[in-house]
Amino acid sequence: MASTLFDKIWNRHAIKPLTGRNALVAIDRIFLHERTGAVALNSLSEAGRKPIDPARVFCVMDHIVDTRPGRGDATLMPDGQAFITETRSAATKAGINLFDVTDADQGITHVISPELGIVLPGSTLIAPDSHTCTQGAFGALAWGVGSSEAEHAMATGALRVKRPETMRVTFEGTLGEGASAKDMILALIAQYSASGGRGKVIEFNGPAVRALDMEARMTLCNMATEFSAMSAIIAPDEKTFGYLHGRRFAPKGALWDAAIESWHALHSDPDASFDEEITIDAGTVAPMISWGTSADAAIAINGAVPPSADAQMLDYMALESGQKLVGLPIDAAFIGSCTNSRLSDLRRAAKVLDGRKVAQGTKAVCVPGSSAVKRAAEAEGLHEIFAQAGFEWRESGCSMCFFAGGESFAEGSRVVSSTNRSFRNRQGHRVKTHIASPETVAASAIKGAIADHRELA
Amino acid sequence: MMGRPITSLTSRAAPLLYANIDTDQIIPSREMRSTGKTGLAKGMFAGWRYLAGSDYAPDPAFVLNDPQFAGAEILLARENFGCGSSREHAVWALAEFGIRAIIAPSFAPIFENNCSRGGVLCVRLPAEVINQIAASDANVSIDLPDQSVSLPDGSRWTFTIDEEAKAMLIGGLDSIELTMQSADDIRRWHDTDKNERPWIYL
Ligand code: SF4
Repeated sequence: MASTLFDKIWNRHAIKPLTGRNALVAIDRIFLHERTGAVALNSLSEAGRKPIDPARVFCVMDHIVDTRPGRGDATLMPDGQAFITETRSAATKAGINLFDVTDADQGITHVISPELGIVLPGSTLIAPDSHTCTQGAFGALAWGVGSSEAEHAMATGALRVKRPETMRVTFEGTLGEGASAKDMILALIAQYSASGGRGKVIEFNGPAVRALDMEARMTLCNMATEFSAMSAIIAPDEKTFGYLHGRRFAPKGALWDAAIESWHALHSDPDASFDEEITIDAGTVAPMISWGTSADAAIAINGAVPPSADAQMLDYMALESGQKLVGLPIDAAFIGSCTNSRLSDLRRAAKVLDGRKVAQGTKAVCVPGSSAVKRAAEAEGLHEIFAQAGFEWRESGCSMCFFAGGESFAEGSRVVSSTNRSFRNRQGHRVKTHIASPETVAASAIKGAIADHRELA
Repeated sequence: MMGRPITSLTSRAAPLLYANIDTDQIIPSREMRSTGKTGLAKGMFAGWRYLAGSDYAPDPAFVLNDPQFAGAEILLARENFGCGSSREHAVWALAEFGIRAIIAPSFAPIFENNCSRGGVLCVRLPAEVINQIAASDANVSIDLPDQSVSLPDGSRWTFTIDEEAKAMLIGGLDSIELTMQSADDIRRWHDTDKNERPWIYL
């Protein structure tokens, strides 16, 4: 029978069926961070249990860790330091792989897992973090769980999972000038709603997806959770293999050859069927920006807030129906997060910023997604372009993607952000977040107002 | 952490009739002050429950501060409840506060999964039914074994729920213990897999 890519990974990992659509599914990789990881590790050890295979469990400090230069364990979040020190001691005690605050491999979970070759095609990977779907870009079944499930997977090597339905989203044609993977995913969610993915595994395919590099594919998969999907997945190809080759935890030598051979089978068969199919013409995708507090409240940058806009959202965002966003003054600009903080994102933003200055009174912050991204960016002088334009250049981490009670944007400020969530209070108390691509954020920082980056090009 | 077993409950249902209520609204990040699973009830819906800028002074406009909903064990909501961050603290906070069930047209998948492990029942019913319950001004009864919701006026609706989630909620089961019973199957699977995909094993 013809199988989807998802079916192939699921069937291989299904150890045995349980009731209904549930199965006991083998988990190949577990990734923890200090926000939700310590609670899983502590709870595991309180129950007198140990990870059954600590070599396949990874942990990093990314969420609460400070991103100001010269950082240590201290954080601006009240009681934040305890998350770091407790995670460190729990991870050390459990004997798992730890990427600590000052480790050269430190960075945001979903940036470093691929960088280190931890996520592999055809593998199952879970993390107590909703953006784990990012890693599906490598042809892995990677999804976010709660802390108890992470504990469960560590203790048993498996999870009890309800088999999800599948959806294929095909992007036909070629992406238009100035549009990026961020705009593709925002356009999809805007059209089909924030609950359009309804617990499904979404396979992205089509010529416009195949044309994306690995970093852009990660951006596309990153926001599957904002679409309410269980995860996203993209069939691996030569770009995937090229990206992973030689990475720290990726197979080497004969093992690499054997892996590649098996990975070649990882694609949906031509006549495989999906529970739902969506086709989008990539040529119609324009640079997008969100206007409201949900990812589906997004429009093309030149558009206007829809007439049917939710009154509570408008009130929170201090906007009116029919209002244009371009030209709306902003207080701050943020480039970072597991969505858009990789080298190619920083390069595209730097291209917009080169030789220009951030508008007076606009706070602008750039946080590279990993310590490795930061080093690579510095090696090609991107940090100087950011700094000369007036951006703060930070150490890597989640930083102001979310507000943990420590550092945040000023109360009530309006921020254009390359992140994935514009929820109320996400980036600070009453902060109005507009999510967009890094190039849109850069152009808006220059103008001090929401701007179409194509006009600055 | 096992949840309190649920079979049936009868309570007022507090209406929080918004779509896309995310986990950061349920338990703001700044209210998660320790690496434990407790001490979260005070921070539940903190941004809505307390007056802005106050030291946890109740905002009378928030539904759970309304005396008629004091002690309500059921919440009513709209689509995609529990979206956003995977933080299980959202479920722990709700359970610690005393919320046993949420009725909404749809839930975010990670949240729903966390709920069945944390002893909070997610009931999916259509938006019209939720409106009817909200307008009824009466106690709502939920019968989990029977998979039904009813009102004193005789209105009754059935809902579907995943069998495994149902068993876990009714039995207050520890799913790790349950999976441990399959330890031999898991070990056998790994032994075979190590030969077939050796690159997975580090
Ligand atoms: S960068 Fe933001 S969205 Fe990504 S893992 Fe960190 S906090 Fe979550």
